Amino acid sequence: MNPQRTLATAGRVLSQVRHDPRTIVLLLVVPSLLIGLLAWIFSDTPVFAMIGPGMIALFPFIVMFLVTSITTLRERRTGTLERLLSMPLGKGDLILGYTLAFGLLAVAQSAVAVGFAVWVCGLEISGSVWLLLAVAVADAVLGTTLGLLASAFARTEFQVVQFMPALVFPQILLGGIFLPRDQLPDVLRAISDWLPLSHAIDALQAVATDSQDAAYVGGELLIIGAWIVGAVVLGSVTLRRRTP
Amino acid sequence: MVNKSALAIDVTDLHVRRGKHPVLHGLSVSVPRGVVVGLLGPSGCGKTTLLRTIVGVQVVQSGTVTVLGREAGSAALRHRVGYVTQDASVYDDLTVRQNLQYFRAVLGAPRSDVDRVLALTDLTTQAGQLVGSLSGGQRSRVSLAGALLGSPDLLVLDEPTVGLDPLLRVELWTLFHQLSASGTSLLVSSHVMDEASRCDRLLLMRDGEILADDTPAGLLASTGTLDTEGAFLALIARNPLAGPGDGGDS
Repeated sequence: MNPQRTLATAGRVLSQVRHDPRTIVLLLVVPSLLIGLLAWIFSDTPVFAMIGPGMIALFPFIVMFLVTSITTLRERRTGTLERLLSMPLGKGDLILGYTLAFGLLAVAQSAVAVGFAVWVCGLEISGSVWLLLAVAVADAVLGTTLGLLASAFARTEFQVVQFMPALVFPQILLGGIFLPRDQLPDVLRAISDWLPLSHAIDALQAVATDSQDAAYVGGELLIIGAWIVGAVVLGSVTLRRRTP
Repeated sequence: MVNKSALAIDVTDLHVRRGKHPVLHGLSVSVPRGVVVGLLGPSGCGKTTLLRTIVGVQVVQSGTVTVLGREAGSAALRHRVGYVTQDASVYDDLTVRQNLQYFRAVLGAPRSDVDRVLALTDLTTQAGQLVGSLSGGQRSRVSLAGALLGSPDLLVLDEPTVGLDPLLRVELWTLFHQLSASGTSLLVSSHVMDEASRCDRLLLMRDGEILADDTPAGLLASTGTLDTEGAFLALIARNPLAGPGDGGDS
């Protein structure tokens, strides 16, 4: 691995995105629109105050998962990956370059989503907005790295899109948005303890209601961070220079 | 016996399967340094698989492949071997220059190299255009330009002239000979037999086997034919297939 090659890869991915303004607009606007829609649906009820923080975790996570997995799959399919792996590019350079580039986009996207939820939709945040943003960004980066990993196991665009419901939906269902996690059946509760999105949603709700101290949120962030590192490492390991 | 250090590529008893199909079954071949060697054969005969093996991106069942004196695919070779895949492997959503700048950074080649390969492939005026907006022939030249970065010692080109107009093909073959004159070894695959006469040496391939390894003139003399196509047909008549053939050129 080599920082110059990692940065060159991140810069290249960002230039590719820059040539596609519609994607940038969709990336930045769609999560906010969905959060706005949700606030509107529940406008005269206390529901948005309860599920709003979870939504900030959810939409950037899903969007970044999809965008990343499809972009990297495209790299495999067009032969550029084969070319890069015949060149002196480290596997980690490629994965980290992608993580950096989409991580930066995730920061922008999460900032817009948090700002929109708090200042436009009036989501009450009792704790620190900055801490909320930090969790949201970690969550979007998690979506990016899981998307990178998922694309390693997909051979076609159809398959990679199927990974979304397969890997992401269970995390949403068990994450505590539909039913608080402590009311889940014991087995499901235990499973949900191991899923990264559960911790992201827990952390966001803790910040929103200011019900826990910063150490608790920091601990949850550490768990998300461990998943991010794990996905990056696993993604590098599953990348093969030689293919059948 | 050929002096091994004079060889760019030395393949011994190579077995490769792709999926369930054995594509190469015990292939042995060698390519000398500093010349243009053509790898010719019908589609599906295993040309791409052999090239992928030489570049080190193909899983191999058995056999040895030595490139520039080292095991194929070893880290030291990644700076020294340029590879152009059959379909242009470039980023459509970047400009020509951005594509080359990225590949240059990956290779660690000097910055001035981008302008050099743009001039070599006659793409200087298209440098600012998005690759996706270029014609097919221009796209494949961008792919070739990427492989010329860092002046590799060996160029492995998979059907670089397919779909190009005759004028452009002549220009590319002139470029290949310029490169070999300056010491670069080239292995160029093609399924167009009339390109054979432009090579210094020819490898004729069928069904995962090398039928002939000769100079164009030597090949015509030994088969008593007037063109490479006739020579190929004569060789096939001389070497009937042992069993049902299968191969893959994907």
